[in-house]
Amino acid sequence: MAAVHDHDIAHAHDHHPTGMMRWLTTTNHKDIGSMYLWFSFVMFLTGGVMALTIRAELFMPGIQIVNPEFFNQLTTMHGLVMVFGAIMPAFVGFANWQIPMMIGAPDMAFARMNNWSFWLLIPAALLLIASFFVPGGAAAGGWTIYPPLSVQMGMGMDMAIFALHIMGAASIMGSINIITTILNMRAPGMTLMKMPLFVWTWLITAYLLVMAMPVLAGAITMLLTDRNFGTNFFNAAGGGDPVMFQHIFWFFGHPEVYIMILPAFGIVSEIIPTFARKPLFGYSSMVYATASIAILSCIVWAHHMFSAGMPVTGQLFFMYATMLIAIPTGVKVFNWTATMWRGSMTFETPMLFAIGFIFLFTIGGFSGVICAIVPIDIQVQDTYYVIAHFHYVLVSGALFSIFGGVYYWLPKWTGHMYDETLGKTHFWLSMFFFNLAFFVQHFLGLAGMPRRVPDYALQFADFNMISSIGAFGFGFSQLLFLYVVLKCIRGGEKAPAKPWEGAKTLEWTLPSPAPYHSFETPPVVR
Amino acid sequence: MSSKATAALVGVLTLALYSGLSMAADPYQLNLQEPQTIIARQTYDQHTMVLWVCLVIFIGVFGTMFYSVLKHRKDKGYKAANFHHSTTVEIIWTTIPFFILIGMAYPATKTVIAMKDTSSPDITIKTTGYQWKWGYDYLTGEGEGISFLSSLSTPRAQLENREPKGENYLLEVDNPVVVPINKKIRILLTSNDVIHAWWVPAFGVKQDAIPGFIRDTWFTAEKPGIYRGQCAELCGKEHGYMPIVVEAVEPEKYTQWVAEQTKKSAVAAVDVNKVYTMDELKAEGENVYAANCVACHQANGKGIPGTFAALDGSKVATGPKADHINIVMNGKTGTAMAAFKHLSDVQIAAVVTYERNAWGNTTGDVVQPSEIIELRK
Repeated sequence: MAAVHDHDIAHAHDHHPTGMMRWLTTTNHKDIGSMYLWFSFVMFLTGGVMALTIRAELFMPGIQIVNPEFFNQLTTMHGLVMVFGAIMPAFVGFANWQIPMMIGAPDMAFARMNNWSFWLLIPAALLLIASFFVPGGAAAGGWTIYPPLSVQMGMGMDMAIFALHIMGAASIMGSINIITTILNMRAPGMTLMKMPLFVWTWLITAYLLVMAMPVLAGAITMLLTDRNFGTNFFNAAGGGDPVMFQHIFWFFGHPEVYIMILPAFGIVSEIIPTFARKPLFGYSSMVYATASIAILSCIVWAHHMFSAGMPVTGQLFFMYATMLIAIPTGVKVFNWTATMWRGSMTFETPMLFAIGFIFLFTIGGFSGVICAIVPIDIQVQDTYYVIAHFHYVLVSGALFSIFGGVYYWLPKWTGHMYDETLGKTHFWLSMFFFNLAFFVQHFLGLAGMPRRVPDYALQFADFNMISSIGAFGFGFSQLLFLYVVLKCIRGGEKAPAKPWEGAKTLEWTLPSPAPYHSFETPPVVR
Repeated sequence: MSSKATAALVGVLTLALYSGLSMAADPYQLNLQEPQTIIARQTYDQHTMVLWVCLVIFIGVFGTMFYSVLKHRKDKGYKAANFHHSTTVEIIWTTIPFFILIGMAYPATKTVIAMKDTSSPDITIKTTGYQWKWGYDYLTGEGEGISFLSSLSTPRAQLENREPKGENYLLEVDNPVVVPINKKIRILLTSNDVIHAWWVPAFGVKQDAIPGFIRDTWFTAEKPGIYRGQCAELCGKEHGYMPIVVEAVEPEKYTQWVAEQTKKSAVAAVDVNKVYTMDELKAEGENVYAANCVACHQANGKGIPGTFAALDGSKVATGPKADHINIVMNGKTGTAMAAFKHLSDVQIAAVVTYERNAWGNTTGDVVQPSEIIELRK
């Protein structure tokens, strides 16, 4: 602890460079956290524009706005940008801002590597976006980039692969930093089982990242050499196997799903007790449930491949293992409900988003159990049902928790209260339009509309139109979020150190806005 | 009250979900398609069962939560309790879901085992995915030897909104797969280029077609009818345009169909040693081009710059004939150009002749089917 905190560093905040150099060279966890969050928001809007173009094309049957090959580029890039550009960096932004403050540390363990892992994201994002403008356009094989289709693409695919390599390296560095910070820099007295749940979920997520990202790197490197150097890892004609790519990809891909949802569980587990004014119910079972989900997430990958063809034992194993995940996930939902039970609740914007999260994430969880059941999955695999399912867990799951977290901690970050009325409006607009956009997609999928198609049979027309209206409503509602955040940064009612009556964690003992170096002397936790 | 609005929304949505269970295909169809095979029926029933279980749990959990949201509010002066764990309760709500899951997994397991049993079929059909159509070869059973390609028959004009869209827009093909009812049909799947998936929702059948590998699945249609499905694995730009149509007919009608097909292929087995004129080949070649090549290389032969090569004025289409035939028959690895060996000798000869003498290409070369036969040896 003390080693990190010598006299010079304590006063560095008076002398940091200004302007662009401040952001390029900063090693401060708050600056880097802010950059992660802004980066993520820009990518969120970029991916959102792609999503709205997709929904505009699907507004009516027939080809109106984009041609099929560009449509495939949009669906692919929407997935990659949202997963690797928007959701993951947003959670790393939260980790940067919150973990040092919540464990009573002055900064992250590896401050310079922290800077590097953020700035790596910029060339990666540029590669991704620039790939639209090269001959052949961006990657168009779906975000899962299955060969042999991805072998057919132009250089846009190679650019996407490099972008993923770089983002993977950035994530691994970020994760190592987070693990080291959490394990070594906690305030005296903060044992592991006294850590805030957000810190716990990030610790587990970071381990998942360190495990999963190299697997992705391996898969896409093999793809790269198959594409450019004549290897045959995934080419049956040369003795390879295209299905092997799917196994390797999903061995990364399924833990990745939990990488995007475990920190969300953490944020919600901070918000609910605060606004219920009551301690989190079943803290230790929450920790064990998180760990169980993480472990189970590593042995369920082939449930993404039930229609690829597997031995019957394989299908049964992956079905059973997948269904088991419902148990720890259920425990979490029950615990949140029990936390709210007999609390003294108020419903500020963070609480609304947290409750919205539980409500809609549970719908996504249920459709997850339905997808786990092999015969049903055979019917809904690669249909709009799956699209509805994963948007319920990723948008109303991960993204809603991000919104909740931003509103929850904005007073601490900016020193001002956000506009509560506008915040609540943002929530209700998001809630309404999200469901309008995605609930009907369950019906489309069940009735037989495949995903990743630019056009569809006439019986799907009405629900697609409803879904597109919902998507546009949801997209434009997010501009309100941007306005609320900007307004809060620029001014507003002065925030006290602890604006939320029920908040218990360490960051609320610091003044608002939090000082440049969080804890100059470590607090003592009893 | 915010929570009431949410509760009302759930109510409406769940009601909507269940009122749709008995509907047939229509614009507001809310559920799986009406099942036509035993597997599809079991799937349908399991889905209904799981949905009810989910609904009950949902009402239980969110009933509790919203009761709490309505009653345990600070603005109602409710004082917070301070309990934070109960081992008994936690054990109960960990164990009960386990047994519910076993209840769901048991029938599913039986269905999975039945789905995988492709033994002793009456008819075996090999299905090959091509970018972007399906090929069917009847391998064993009645109809053995029948072989045809099946591609989208919706006119381009409908896709591009120049004509009103027909009833089966995007779900119609030129040559449907015909099968007899009440016979076990085994489908062997493979692919010529990228991964496709053969999906007929009413049969509860979806299986990927993987290049270089054979996968199989089966169905037994129970009543005559036309069943429509689509490719369910992203396979490139025309992925949305490779539907599957299965026509299940009475066994007598099937026998009739087999006889017609056999007669047709006898007629089609023209004398391959015949010497065709340039015009004959170009006319046939234009049809072959429209059915197989136009999606990428485009009607004007210009391709799509950066993605699909141009043929108009290209090195291949104006260079040596042998290279041109070779690339058509064997494809070009590392690109979207697939092998088109599956086309007939006449078709390959015709399309190559067409490509060498269409648009700005004026090689004057005529490729005869006999040359292709020679190459196949």
